Amino acid sequence: MPNPLSICVIEKNRTRAQEVTEALHAGGWADVTVIEDEVSLTQTLAKIKPDLVLIDLANPRRDSLEALSEATGARQRPVAMFVDESDPELSTAAVQAGLSAYVVGGLSGERIRPVLETAIARFRMMAQLQSELDAAKKALAERKTIDRAKGLLIQAKGLSEDEAYRLLRKSAMDQGKRLIDVAQALVTASELLR
Amino acid sequence: MHCGFVPLVDAAPLIIAHELGFAANEGVSLVLLKQPSWSALRDMLVMGHLEAAQMLSPMPIAMSLGLGGIKAQVDALMVLSVNGNVIAASNTLVERMRAQGWESDLGDAGGVSAALEKAAQGPLRFGVPFPFSMHRELVEYWLGKRGLQIEISSVPPPMMGQALTSGEIDAFCVGEPWGSRAVDTEAGELILAGRAIWAFSPEKVLAARRDWTSDNPNQVAALMRAVFHAGRWLHDPDNRVIATDILARQEYLGLPADVIERAMKGHLLAQARSLGTEVQGFLHFNVGAANFPWRSQAQWIGTNLARRYGLDLSLAVEIARGVFRSDLYRNNLGEIGVDLPGASDKQEGALSHPTAVASTRGELILQRDRFFDGAIFDPASR
Repeated sequence: MPNPLSICVIEKNRTRAQEVTEALHAGGWADVTVIEDEVSLTQTLAKIKPDLVLIDLANPRRDSLEALSEATGARQRPVAMFVDESDPELSTAAVQAGLSAYVVGGLSGERIRPVLETAIARFRMMAQLQSELDAAKKALAERKTIDRAKGLLIQAKGLSEDEAYRLLRKSAMDQGKRLIDVAQALVTASELLR
Repeated sequence: MHCGFVPLVDAAPLIIAHELGFAANEGVSLVLLKQPSWSALRDMLVMGHLEAAQMLSPMPIAMSLGLGGIKAQVDALMVLSVNGNVIAASNTLVERMRAQGWESDLGDAGGVSAALEKAAQGPLRFGVPFPFSMHRELVEYWLGKRGLQIEISSVPPPMMGQALTSGEIDAFCVGEPWGSRAVDTEAGELILAGRAIWAFSPEKVLAARRDWTSDNPNQVAALMRAVFHAGRWLHDPDNRVIATDILARQEYLGLPADVIERAMKGHLLAQARSLGTEVQGFLHFNVGAANFPWRSQAQWIGTNLARRYGLDLSLAVEIARGVFRSDLYRNNLGEIGVDLPGASDKQEGALSHPTAVASTRGELILQRDRFFDGAIFDPASR
């Protein structure tokens, strides 16, 4: 049974947008619109008139949504709000996952909750993947720097690779610094002296 | 203590309190957390992820009135900064204004509104950072009085320039350095300094949840002292040079120092590659009891919000006045010898030049605080 709930996802990153859309589709919500273009955001939303808007907590365009909720008029009661006021647990989970949601109109909590739970789960997964990716990238960059520092020592002092590494490590321990910081300092200094 | 801020020049008192050790001196271990939007900052404060935060002065009042987001009792402990906003218009709008004989003067609010009226083709679309902001209050007061048709929408400050270029808006009111940034990218031109509309408007406040304020009186006092000292340090023009470099760092504004310097020195470039214009009193951090949260300022904001949203006026005014905690300011800063005004209300807009007023140490000189139309807001006559 398709659910007639109309949902907007505001997300510039196509992969992320697709992830959320797929998760919502799988949950039975067929009417999902992704808005990539942030410049005409308010006009687009006014046209679509969604029941629920999902947006990354870190997206600065959130402030435009605040104004939008006001523009729709308090008299018609389609007040947008930050997740569900009566459900602090859900709000906390959303914040931790990096998601904010605007509920337009007087939709009941029971109808929104499952959508949010699905979205929260997906956002949490994406956040985790992203942080793992960032960590892997950082580790790779650090290894490159350490390799370059080792290379410099091998060249300058005629050390073996093992000796060069031990020298870096000892120097880091003596100075109370991290190995990567010592290696970075050496690489920077050698670039300056070149 | 987790404290939220938004990357703007007027986050300086919090950043300086942290960087120059004013917070540490008071035993406050300040952790500054950059927030992507005002709504995110608000939600983080309400949900307890932040203990305190920089806020647009109408925000804690709106929150306490239950307008926008989750209703929460939030206090404005003190004012962080006074003035500091600019108004800019798109190149096409400025062209039309010039064609009608307008000549640039950042201090002439009446002249600019007359020129806007002549140049407007339909309602003017104005961008402001947030629905509950001094920017919006100033624009509505200034153009609303003239009966000009305006449509106000919220645009994040870093996107103001882009919104002018794309035609989403015709003009905007924003805090620095984002106006100057739009000028540098040739998205538009500065047409007015915010202080031309109201010469002494409370711009940002230091905010905290009321339950946290009541439960942690010592921490509140220590934080207020630290921020006060940072503001006083920032009053010195020489120190502002140092502050500019600190603000420019990646973890704070992450922008070139020269664009931040303009607000700090009150030396603005209205157009790209133009000579600068001095704007006296462009941005205050301490002078003339700038940090004192006047009940009358809160009442001015509360009155505007009540009218706009159709709230009960006397109730809204009562709540608004209670948000600006001049009582806490007196207790916590009087203790360290800060000169306190004799009253917690003043007639807003009554001073056309710096004026000595009754104070605990007898040294207080209030700055010019005129509204552009010469109106006086008397808190005693509701």
